[in-house]
Amino acid sequence: MPRIEAEDETAEDLNAFVTRERIDGADDGPLAGRTVAVKDNLSTDGVRTTCGSEMLADYVPPYDATVVERVLEAGATIPGKTNMDEFGMGTTTETSAFGPTENPVAPGHVPGGSSGGSAAAVAAGEADLALGTDTGGSIRCPAAFCGVVGIKPTYGLVSRYGLVAYANSLEQVGPIAPTVEAAAELLEVIAGPDERDATTREHGADADYADAADGDVDGLTVGVPTELVEGADDGVRAVFEDALDDLRDQGAETVEVSLPSAEYAVAAYYVIAMSEASSNLARYDGVRYGVSGGYDGDWNDAFARAREEGFGEEVTRRILLGTYALSAGYHDKYYEQAQDARAWVRQDFDEALESADVLASPTMPVPPFERGESLDDPLTMYLADANTVPVNLADLPAISVPAGEADGLPVGLQFVGPAFGERTLVRAGSALA
Amino acid sequence: MSDTDVDPETVRHVADLARVDVAEADVDRFTEQFADILAHFDALDEVPAVEAEPDLTNVMRPDEVRESLAQDEALRNAPETEDGKFKGPRVS
Repeated sequence: MPRIEAEDETAEDLNAFVTRERIDGADDGPLAGRTVAVKDNLSTDGVRTTCGSEMLADYVPPYDATVVERVLEAGATIPGKTNMDEFGMGTTTETSAFGPTENPVAPGHVPGGSSGGSAAAVAAGEADLALGTDTGGSIRCPAAFCGVVGIKPTYGLVSRYGLVAYANSLEQVGPIAPTVEAAAELLEVIAGPDERDATTREHGADADYADAADGDVDGLTVGVPTELVEGADDGVRAVFEDALDDLRDQGAETVEVSLPSAEYAVAAYYVIAMSEASSNLARYDGVRYGVSGGYDGDWNDAFARAREEGFGEEVTRRILLGTYALSAGYHDKYYEQAQDARAWVRQDFDEALESADVLASPTMPVPPFERGESLDDPLTMYLADANTVPVNLADLPAISVPAGEADGLPVGLQFVGPAFGERTLVRAGSALA
Repeated sequence: MSDTDVDPETVRHVADLARVDVAEADVDRFTEQFADILAHFDALDEVPAVEAEPDLTNVMRPDEVRESLAQDEALRNAPETEDGKFKGPRVS
């Protein structure tokens, strides 16, 4: 395809791809003639899938993820596998074992994460569309930081078969695209039930999302959760307020709503995500796959040494904290209470969505970090996820659309909708981008 | 500060449980970071009990034989194999 041949040195400089290997799709279909870059935690038959980790540097899956199968059947060409924070654990794409990705629209800054390679590839025109995954904001954050559109679908709308698991109860696969309509087209292709992922529902089987991108927000009620706006940087807030003005000018009504549980969401999210990660990543023992130190002796010692070699620091940190949160004496204090908080967050969203069709907030409370800025301070990085993680805890859909710039840096606006309310999100989003 | 005590011994113990070696040089940094992060998690103590309706149910299907990976495909990513089986570290 001409697009691939046209690949230039920009992409090399960005480090948006871990592996450049073209996979051709069907001759015809709704995505014929278009390229879809695929995040490197989605399995591609015969093409290595690293999860941004040294542990899987040579891992070659023997099968395709369902979403990969669907984009190929839809006629798309996959130009390669995109860079990401190791196992999806990060907000900057700097924890990748394959080096950081540059932000094409804000040089010197991070592209966001963990699907930073996918968003950077789309923003730079290196791919028409991309697939990302979102466990706590990993599609929406890089979409916001790179000035493109990202959709985190309702839990159960898109199959995770073939997605290398990080935190199963939270993650979804979703589209990243230059426009809302294009993102909706890709969502149409990947949505729908899959017998190989028992969490998928019938929703989305024959869904039309792209035709909802008509920008018609006349009469739409937009709830604004004060808790998700108050903590944002001044520059981000100014862009957000301008976008609300824009929506009101187009006939939308805005109302204040409250999510009192929001201040506990980051803690609840990280306890749950780390706990699930500590269990999911136990499979990397250097025997069935992963690096093996070739050590002999006690099995546990050999595994522990191989795992130290294969995992980067953020992954080790999360496995350890997750193990701690699930360990005897702490399970009730951390894991159980996090589940209570999750139920509370869900209830808050349900109530807020009774008085509004969608909720709006800045996607990220801050503009893109400078490269290297947040690496030494994990808690600060976690707190930047304040506006995105509540959505995953509540299993709801959300979209991030470009809203403007603060001091020359991209700012995204997030709409959150009711479960399986993707059409409403596409409609609201298309009024802005 | 957290009402949970984190000392270097805690970090070593959890690393042992998780089967991940942590270099001695990293233990102090992890200890400090874990104290900060767990102090933030302590806020969960204030979360009220919420009436949550369980919306998850077990999904069952008949246990039927179906196509799966061939043995050589399943072994393809193993660092070491022997006679069509995974090979683990020798037990001393």
